[in-house]
Amino acid sequence: MSEAIQPDVTIDSRGATCPGPLMDLIGKVKKADSGTVFELQTTDSSSKNDVPEWVEKAGHELLDSVEHEEEGYWSIYIEKTE
Amino acid sequence: MTERIVIVGGGTGGTVLANRLTDDLAPEIDAGDVQLTLLNDTPEQTYKPTFLYVAFGKKELSEARRPITDLIDTDRVNFVVDRVTGLDTGEKRLSLEDGSGLAYDQLVLATGANLAPEEVPGLLEGGHHFYDPDGAERLRDALADFEAGHLVLSVIGVPHMCPAAPVEFVLMADAWFRERGLREDVEITYTYPIQRAHGIQSVADWATDLFEARDINLETFFNAEEVDPEERVIHTLEGEAFDYDLLVGIPPHEGSDLVAEAGLGEEGWVSVDRHTLEATEAEGVYAIGDVADVPTSKAGSVAHYEAGTVADRIASRIRGQVPTSTFDGKTICFIESGMDEATFVEFGYGDEPVVREPSKLLHWGKLAYNESYWLTARGLI
Repeated sequence: MSEAIQPDVTIDSRGATCPGPLMDLIGKVKKADSGTVFELQTTDSSSKNDVPEWVEKAGHELLDSVEHEEEGYWSIYIEKTE
Repeated sequence: MTERIVIVGGGTGGTVLANRLTDDLAPEIDAGDVQLTLLNDTPEQTYKPTFLYVAFGKKELSEARRPITDLIDTDRVNFVVDRVTGLDTGEKRLSLEDGSGLAYDQLVLATGANLAPEEVPGLLEGGHHFYDPDGAERLRDALADFEAGHLVLSVIGVPHMCPAAPVEFVLMADAWFRERGLREDVEITYTYPIQRAHGIQSVADWATDLFEARDINLETFFNAEEVDPEERVIHTLEGEAFDYDLLVGIPPHEGSDLVAEAGLGEEGWVSVDRHTLEATEAEGVYAIGDVADVPTSKAGSVAHYEAGTVADRIASRIRGQVPTSTFDGKTICFIESGMDEATFVEFGYGDEPVVREPSKLLHWGKLAYNESYWLTARGLI
């Protein structure tokens, strides 16, 4: 599925410790228009749980999550909704 | 040929760097082989950690300011008070507000972060903060008058300067209202954008336990989208409406227009290699401190250590050596956990810090460091 996802915004949070990948994502989502698709790149394994939890609470859409095993990071795809 | 080094910004990073470079390159500067210029838009430096104490009436703003000429070697540093209005990284030239220009061979951007409360409708009118001098004084006056009601600290802008300060604020407020016999009439709530109380897990765990013990409410996944100053309500991205009587909102921060216009990074934060601090989009440009887009805290200690790395790298280049010094993300934060106790954390890129047991000794250590900070700015500690 991720092969078909073309993000409008790529957020490289690999290696982030503070403020953290989810905060990077929230900061970008706040300023974006509805329909914007984000790719969050993260090396923080807890993002796999944190990000979907916030996306659900805020009412956005989780499109996909892809692990890049060799490079050691995850790509999480989100679409901002109204 | 003279090598021209220009530092833009006379905060912690800029002055530490100027002092490290004058130490490292004194012979070259004295021989006229290196020219070092420090630009700042005011003649004074302001030590921002003082603002937290100003809010509680424990310090005055005058204690937070020093003339930059007292902090640097003015025989070796050309200190200029002016604003940079343009940057051409191709021509390696800065335009200044007074209409003149300044050419450089090595440029270090240390312009810090700017507050942007206007990004959240109603926040300017409805909220307080302690992130600039005026805000700290206004909050001091509001807190002094606040004897009952709901005090809400909401972390709104991320990233923001000094990530520990909002936690410190509510812990200090709790102790301060207890000392004044008002705590039973003041409800305190702390809100944070993600699912825990802080970006760093161990700090979040520590703060959550303390909040519970001290009857401080914690709201997570809380992202203020709009403030209604008339009704005193915060509306969030998550669809909630939250009442307050006194709001302390950590405002959104933004980098520098100069950076964005020069194509050096999105939203005004300079895109850099996180270890060499060299700009990814231009040659001969570095960034240190809050304006550098690196995955660690926007904190004075980071600017301090980054300045050391950049000084070493520039000095190596000037001597014809291969620069080997790198920045590992080292960050140190003292964290007040009341009015008379504190802890501290130390970490690098990817590390999970250990939060030590708070103590009076560490509180005194933080106060002592704040007093001796000016020795850091002078490059001495």
